[in-house]
Amino acid sequence: MASRHRGLVLLAAVVLALPWFLANKFHFQVAILIGLNALVCVGLNLLIGYAGQISLGHAAFFGLGAYVPALLVDKLRWDSSLALAAGLAAVGLLAFAVARPILRLKGHYLAMATLGLGIIVAIVINRELDLTGGPDGMSVRAYRIGDLRLRGEWTWYWITGGTLVLGVWLAQNLIDSPAGRALRALHGSEVAAESLGIDVAGFKVKAFVISALYAGLAGAMTAHFLQFVTPIEAGFLRSIEFVTMVVLGGMASTLGVVVGAAILTLLPQLLTGFHDYEHLVLGAILMGMMIFLPKGLVPSLAALWTRWRAQS
Amino acid sequence: MTQRTVIAAALAAALGLAAGAAQAQGQGPIKIGSFLAVTGGASFLGDPEAKTLRLYVERINKSGGVLGRQLQLIVHDSAGDAKQAATFAKRLIEDDKVDILIGGSTTGETMAIVKMVDEAELPFLSLGGASVIVEPVKERKWVFKTPHSDRLAVQKVYVDMKARGLTAVAIIAGSGGFDQSCRKNAQELAPTMGMRVVADETYAPTDTDVTPQLTKIKNAAGVQAVLGCGFGGITSITAKNYKQLAMTQPFYFNHGVGSKQFITGAAGGAEGIRLPAAALLVAADLPDSDPQKKPALEYAAAYKAAFNEDISTFGGHALDALLIAVDAFKRAGSTDKKKVRDAIESTKGLIGVDGIFTFSAADHNGLDEASFKMVVVQNGEFRLLK
Repeated sequence: MASRHRGLVLLAAVVLALPWFLANKFHFQVAILIGLNALVCVGLNLLIGYAGQISLGHAAFFGLGAYVPALLVDKLRWDSSLALAAGLAAVGLLAFAVARPILRLKGHYLAMATLGLGIIVAIVINRELDLTGGPDGMSVRAYRIGDLRLRGEWTWYWITGGTLVLGVWLAQNLIDSPAGRALRALHGSEVAAESLGIDVAGFKVKAFVISALYAGLAGAMTAHFLQFVTPIEAGFLRSIEFVTMVVLGGMASTLGVVVGAAILTLLPQLLTGFHDYEHLVLGAILMGMMIFLPKGLVPSLAALWTRWRAQS
Repeated sequence: MTQRTVIAAALAAALGLAAGAAQAQGQGPIKIGSFLAVTGGASFLGDPEAKTLRLYVERINKSGGVLGRQLQLIVHDSAGDAKQAATFAKRLIEDDKVDILIGGSTTGETMAIVKMVDEAELPFLSLGGASVIVEPVKERKWVFKTPHSDRLAVQKVYVDMKARGLTAVAIIAGSGGFDQSCRKNAQELAPTMGMRVVADETYAPTDTDVTPQLTKIKNAAGVQAVLGCGFGGITSITAKNYKQLAMTQPFYFNHGVGSKQFITGAAGGAEGIRLPAAALLVAADLPDSDPQKKPALEYAAAYKAAFNEDISTFGGHALDALLIAVDAFKRAGSTDKKKVRDAIESTKGLIGVDGIFTFSAADHNGLDEASFKMVVVQNGEFRLLK
């Protein structure tokens, strides 16, 4: 079995087995939020880990994915699925429209441009009081399919788990396709990639749009699951959180970013016992991990394991 | 082989969560769950609230607890974010299995969990200011609140303005739930009380300067008085900018600024500003006959002794919520959620520091107008307006 399939089967097994270890609705909620964050990271990883482009504005797509369908259902009484499709289309279009000019930039400039995009979206959501409810957020109607309302932790656990496995499968297929190899080539050297006849700009745009769609979908699911959304979801810190999850778990490792998402979602809940010092402890843990496992948790541990096996 | 590491880590994390949940039920301590904005922009609400709850839970436990059981307080820091508040509320309800919820320093945090407590059928005492928290009361069966409602606050301000012959008012409000609720009330009440809103400006809570908005008010024609709707550091900035622009119209605020930090932060700009506030803020000025004078002074002394800080009205909201909860537990004779809820709703004449609480099926705020005083800032202190 190829290693990518092994990873996928393992993820599916964890998703299937996890409910036996979850004691109550709160645990389910944390598990669901891990899954949704992981979905964003799997998409973002295509951009950061494989294509080598930085985005500090992905929360904007997450936020738009949450707000657009929520508003269409709330204000215009659209059907949930139609609203979701429209929301994803909006996210995709915005990503496509900004991708070309933004992705001409490199390094710090690219980071700044995506950062600016994220901040603009967050400002609009924060200030359009009558539409979005402003900084205190808005409540979101439950997702409806006909007369069936999707609500409750049990339902959303399986929806999230299924979507995550599907999302990882799609991402891994993409990575192992010619397109994925092209992405990795332009990560290595854009000039070399171009000289091999790879449409560098085209592939960058594709990676950007796909990762934005992952974020948008996760945003929509988060809003429908929690039935509440605030502008913080679209804010700068949220963007940083996503990038941190990717870097922490391990860039260019699809399962790694899932682990990164799990750690960063779990830690604040596990550290509440430290009261006033929780941010300090969280910071120390993250710093320690980056110093001792600089390639990210999963790739670094994998390398250690291989070395240990070679020795024994 | 990396995947094995992953599954081991995932399982360990899951088990860790599960272990926390397996706590003994029955005659353990009575659990009070709280989520407050201890850090972040609204921290001067959440910080005194958390301190007050800790202080008084300890005191109650020392004197024997409630119903022969100790109180256990669990405080989570929501940082003023509605989503975090919802997550922590979920955790308190499902994981910690608390007997009552106290919290939501801000209106936004409170509104994010109103539906949740209704579904969980758990009594919830909110510390948020806006009237929407308990209205419509039919949909807020399990929700009560201790601060005076902002509708009452606006009424008080308008009455005072009219007494001074000021009828054309400008509103400067933040974009948060509490601020906007005050603004909405100010607009709705104006025609019924013979007032006119002649300018209406909004700022974001993260702004660091409101000079542009104030300049627009300054240049608007016929503004006789200004009403500020808001809370937090931004209100100090507003007061400071107001003074810097040398604006001369009388300046009013709603009850979101009832702490010493507002005055010190405004660096002299707060002088002369009037606001409605719980009598607690001006306890020393109250006549001895006032039933609130004694509890308010006691609270101020206890708080000062424990933390060496001046009290704010916000800590008072938390104290009252705790007193109401304890009283309800005693009268219900158990922690049965339904009985406790009914006991809270039948609270009568309970003297708190915010005022005298009498709840009913139609009123989940329970405060009368008399306990709400007009206050003016004089020489850096809150003084009762006579």
